[in-house]
Amino acid sequence: MKQVLIIASLLLFGWSLSAQAVLDVEITQGTEDALPIAIVPFNWASVEKKPDMKWSEVISSDLLRSGRFAPIAEKDLLSRPQNSENIDFNTWRVGGVDHLVVGSIRPAGLNQYTVQFQLFDVFKGEQLLGYSLTANLSSIRRTAHHISDLIYQQLTGQKGAFNTKVAYVSVTRSLGVASYKLEVSDADGFNSITILTSTQPIMSPSWSPDGTQLAYVSFENKRAQIYTQVLSSEQRVRVSGFKGLNGAPVWSPDGKKLAMTLSKDGNPDIYVLNLQSKKLQRMTKHWGIDTEPSWMPNSETLVFTSNRSGKPQLYKMDKAGQRPQRLTFDGDYNTSPEISKDGLKMAFVFKDKSGFKIASMDFETGIIDILTEGPLDESPSFAPNGSMILYAEGQRAALAAVSFDGRFKQRLVAKEGEVREPTWSPFLK
Amino acid sequence: MQKYILVFLAAALLTGCPAQPPKDDSGSTANAGKKPGSTDSVQTGKLDGADNTQGSAFNAGDEPYRKDAIKDASSPLSQQVIYFDFNSSSIKSEYRDLITWHGRYLASNPDMKVRLEGHTDERGSREYNIALGDRRAQAVSRILMFQGANKKQVEVISYGEEKPVELEHTEAAWNKNRRVQLVYEAM
Repeated sequence: MKQVLIIASLLLFGWSLSAQAVLDVEITQGTEDALPIAIVPFNWASVEKKPDMKWSEVISSDLLRSGRFAPIAEKDLLSRPQNSENIDFNTWRVGGVDHLVVGSIRPAGLNQYTVQFQLFDVFKGEQLLGYSLTANLSSIRRTAHHISDLIYQQLTGQKGAFNTKVAYVSVTRSLGVASYKLEVSDADGFNSITILTSTQPIMSPSWSPDGTQLAYVSFENKRAQIYTQVLSSEQRVRVSGFKGLNGAPVWSPDGKKLAMTLSKDGNPDIYVLNLQSKKLQRMTKHWGIDTEPSWMPNSETLVFTSNRSGKPQLYKMDKAGQRPQRLTFDGDYNTSPEISKDGLKMAFVFKDKSGFKIASMDFETGIIDILTEGPLDESPSFAPNGSMILYAEGQRAALAAVSFDGRFKQRLVAKEGEVREPTWSPFLK
Repeated sequence: MQKYILVFLAAALLTGCPAQPPKDDSGSTANAGKKPGSTDSVQTGKLDGADNTQGSAFNAGDEPYRKDAIKDASSPLSQQVIYFDFNSSSIKSEYRDLITWHGRYLASNPDMKVRLEGHTDERGSREYNIALGDRRAQAVSRILMFQGANKKQVEVISYGEEKPVELEHTEAAWNKNRRVQLVYEAM
């Protein structure tokens, strides 16, 4: 993983100073109980030219996007202490701020910096966190996201997922000719890299559990075939090119297997390819459509979509693919299952009379929550910490995210073209 | 053209032998193809004369399954798109004859092949739609084979919702996008 980051850093190096977000984030539904937090602009402790990135902005934006925090706008900051000695906690208490972050950066060699920050509990007047980190010029945004992760984990008890990536498919159309791109960007929409461009459709990106590879479907040979591609080297392998459908690739959590849909034996059925032995195991055998496999954390059990009852519903199979157990009974269209990393929840596409929406099911209680309004929502993908679900809004050809409880929503709008099929990366090392 | 085919299909149904190949007929109705503007006057004639109706779509002296019939706007074989209901891969009754004729065309022209491109509308999940598009194309393929098309002449490919003909998010656009397109090529 380290190697990948280094190579990715090199790729970004030339323009990371003016990194542009290709996706603009707009909060579409906030929550009232978000915690007020003040991130004071970090002090630049040098006469040298400072790197062109506002640490406090990146961190504030991360925390805001989580839905759990209400960062104070920079212009509304009551004061700008640069270190713990300058903090007058009383002022911040009166201002209703719960937590305060101060920090500073100084050069530490060629293109290297030392970043220090402290997180304070305003009411107790106590430091909760204090770190000194080294940042490379080429990866300063990543270091800022790392600071957001540390703050988030300290205050929520849950691991932060800001230092992660998102893969998605973009489409631009010009004079009736479509250009499909498989893109990978930081979770905040910055630092986008195109890893594949094609005039034919690209679909269904899936991350390897170590975050170094993507599996996807490409129609570049005029039909759907499954590829895996190493992100750092552009090295790609066609792993499935059978006659008929080759689709819905999903990496098992242990990284050893790829579940997929093939129709080589007549109907769309689910198969598992062992990536080491190259052995292919057929998991379903039914005249109907069986597709969209999703792994449970044990890397053995699969949940999938099947229309064996006449309409698409979700089923869970045992290890050998036997005795599929039906999971969904509400509505006549439930597809696209995505299991959370802890295996406790499932996000999926649910249709009711006003359209296609993202829903979640708690496996323990069986309770289903409809999280979005539709009408053309699809492709749910959990954040690695389970806090948010990223999905595509077909109506706007935009990406969107909703908190697991449906209370907080945001939209990620592409600067140009359509964006779809977002897939959140695992935690990156 | 659309109207014309409907008439042709209606006529075929009236004769009670829908699976019959369109006969080469030099009867009075043949000019319908030559004068597409005069379809109104031709309609009644066709519906009245049950025996002649099936040849009505072909020009005088033409073989119904001659190789270039698929490019002839006056032949029903030029109709190469089959439409479907939402989330269904059932062939609607109005398309059964058309697919039958395409099957016989392939049987008559073993050096031609057809690619069946299955498509869906944009609603629902993408991979499920890929499978649905496949089922639609397979449903058309089965009829072609039943009518004598060789396995090697028929290729099935599903694009799901990835290649819409209409980009709007409306019922009208969805109706046009739920389709199987027959794409002919010489072998």
